[in-house]
Amino acid sequence: MLQALQDLGEYIAAALPEDVVSAGVVKDELTLAVRRPAIVKVLMFLRDDANCQFKQLMDVCGVDYPGREQRFDVVYHLLSLRHNQRVRVKVRTDETAPVPSVTGVFSSANWFEREVWDMFGVAFTDHPDLRRILTDYGFEGHPLRKDFPLTGFVEVRYDDERKRVVYEPVKLTQDVRSFDFLSPWEGYPLPGDEKAEGKT
Amino acid sequence: MPEAKLNTYTINFGPQHPAAHGVLRLILELSGEVIERADPHVGLLHRGTEKLIEHKTYAQAVPYFDRLDYCAPMAQEHAFVLAAEKLLGVTPTPRAQYIRVLYAEISRLMNHILNLTSYALDVGAMTPLLWLFEEREFLMEFYERASGARMHANYFRVGGVAEDLPEGLLEDIGKWVERFPKCIDDMETLLTENRIFKQRTVDIGIMTADQALDWGFSGPMLRASGVPWDLRKAQPYDAYADMDFDIPIGKHGDCYDRYLVRTEEMRQSLRIMRQCLDTMPGGPARLPDRKVMAPPRAEMKSSMEALIHHFKLYSEGIHVPAGETYTAVEAPKGEFGVYLISDGGNRPYRCKIRPPAFVHLSAMDAMSSGHMLADMTAIIGALDIVFGEIDR
Repeated sequence: MLQALQDLGEYIAAALPEDVVSAGVVKDELTLAVRRPAIVKVLMFLRDDANCQFKQLMDVCGVDYPGREQRFDVVYHLLSLRHNQRVRVKVRTDETAPVPSVTGVFSSANWFEREVWDMFGVAFTDHPDLRRILTDYGFEGHPLRKDFPLTGFVEVRYDDERKRVVYEPVKLTQDVRSFDFLSPWEGYPLPGDEKAEGKT
Repeated sequence: MPEAKLNTYTINFGPQHPAAHGVLRLILELSGEVIERADPHVGLLHRGTEKLIEHKTYAQAVPYFDRLDYCAPMAQEHAFVLAAEKLLGVTPTPRAQYIRVLYAEISRLMNHILNLTSYALDVGAMTPLLWLFEEREFLMEFYERASGARMHANYFRVGGVAEDLPEGLLEDIGKWVERFPKCIDDMETLLTENRIFKQRTVDIGIMTADQALDWGFSGPMLRASGVPWDLRKAQPYDAYADMDFDIPIGKHGDCYDRYLVRTEEMRQSLRIMRQCLDTMPGGPARLPDRKVMAPPRAEMKSSMEALIHHFKLYSEGIHVPAGETYTAVEAPKGEFGVYLISDGGNRPYRCKIRPPAFVHLSAMDAMSSGHMLADMTAIIGALDIVFGEIDR
């Protein structure tokens, strides 16, 4: 199983040397890093090649790494029923650069890409209907970005006088408590330790 | 320039419609009574689960999974604990694995009972609901006896289960398993050959195998289209590799086949449960690894080290080594996946939840256009959607 995945990764990397940046198996899972413009071509290859046969796109999601220059990963999970294998394909992007949509390759990408747009603000070119999907009508911001606060910015309530739901800035009676239980000691040199090392 | 004349009109189906199975808002474009286009608006139940999980420790994240698909809570927990265990590199004890499989199958029965009977209600048969919900209540009782809660169990934990089963529970489940097939038969006498039921479901919402694959279908929806694929068989997790069961598949991929597949799946679930009960291994149900699972309370009364472990696990939580995994389980509705990224800390860096019903609902337009308005409820019911997991 592991060897088969390894071979598959090498096979794909050899077949698409221009487009696949890296291929590696970690924890029994094959991950391909792909150049952004080539994503449609790569998924098409993965779907149709006889050795791949990844007929199903199970998931598309975004991941935010604010420290990176290209802060977003868009991650595709594919499943091959024929070979009973999964593959993960990653592309990198930033706030402004759009990713080519793969709705033409897999119909199931439609809603997943809308979700990535909604949650991370990653745009997709050639998407038939790139609207927000999970958040409210008229929502602003992209909630799963790491710089979006957990509480959000607005809250809603029903205003009895105006007879409608109104949006107001979030007012919390108590601040959000984010307990940091990480031990301050682990992995951190205790004062005095450096002297002990210096002596020996 | 002549004005373009629209012959269609638009109606709003939901968000408060009894046949929408939750808060689904469907914008239907109709031409007479024929559906031209269906545009589901989801997200009315969005609670930001993924965002919240990023701010919680691994143990605190588990209860959120109960609240995704609240018809089969433990199936969701299963995916998350398996993902965390994979990153941690721990394997639960055999007894824990069997208990989990047993309860995953109980969850499947709970889900299918709810879906099938309320589906029958949607298309005009009330009796199955009244008959089978009594049995569903027994299943919830089994939940309660194991975990203390009827629905939101928080029973599966990283490294095993919260607590071993109480005495006598397995015998009672055994008695129920012997009794329940009769109830399935009763339901089938009411539905399977029922003329009205068949008129409402046969050849409605057909998806061919290729379409189903293209749309990312999984679980009973995929099997009804004739694709023999079940993660419990293909990529067995926990004790499923030891279990002997069959995978029912449909032929036509219509709503009636989906009903038949789910009905047969209930019988197969009973088979798995029976095997679990017969071969339930002894030994601990919690991992003895104190870095993953807290020690029993009795031990804490006398051991300082146990006390420290307990304190660390319930304040700081487990540290999961950096890495990423996509772990999927065969939830009652289909493939429920968790894409978990850890940065080595005590909170998940990212936890993407892949709900099966979200994908099924996205094919709504493809499935329903060309059908009559009344078929809409039949299609929605057979999709088996629950908005807790679609909206997250």
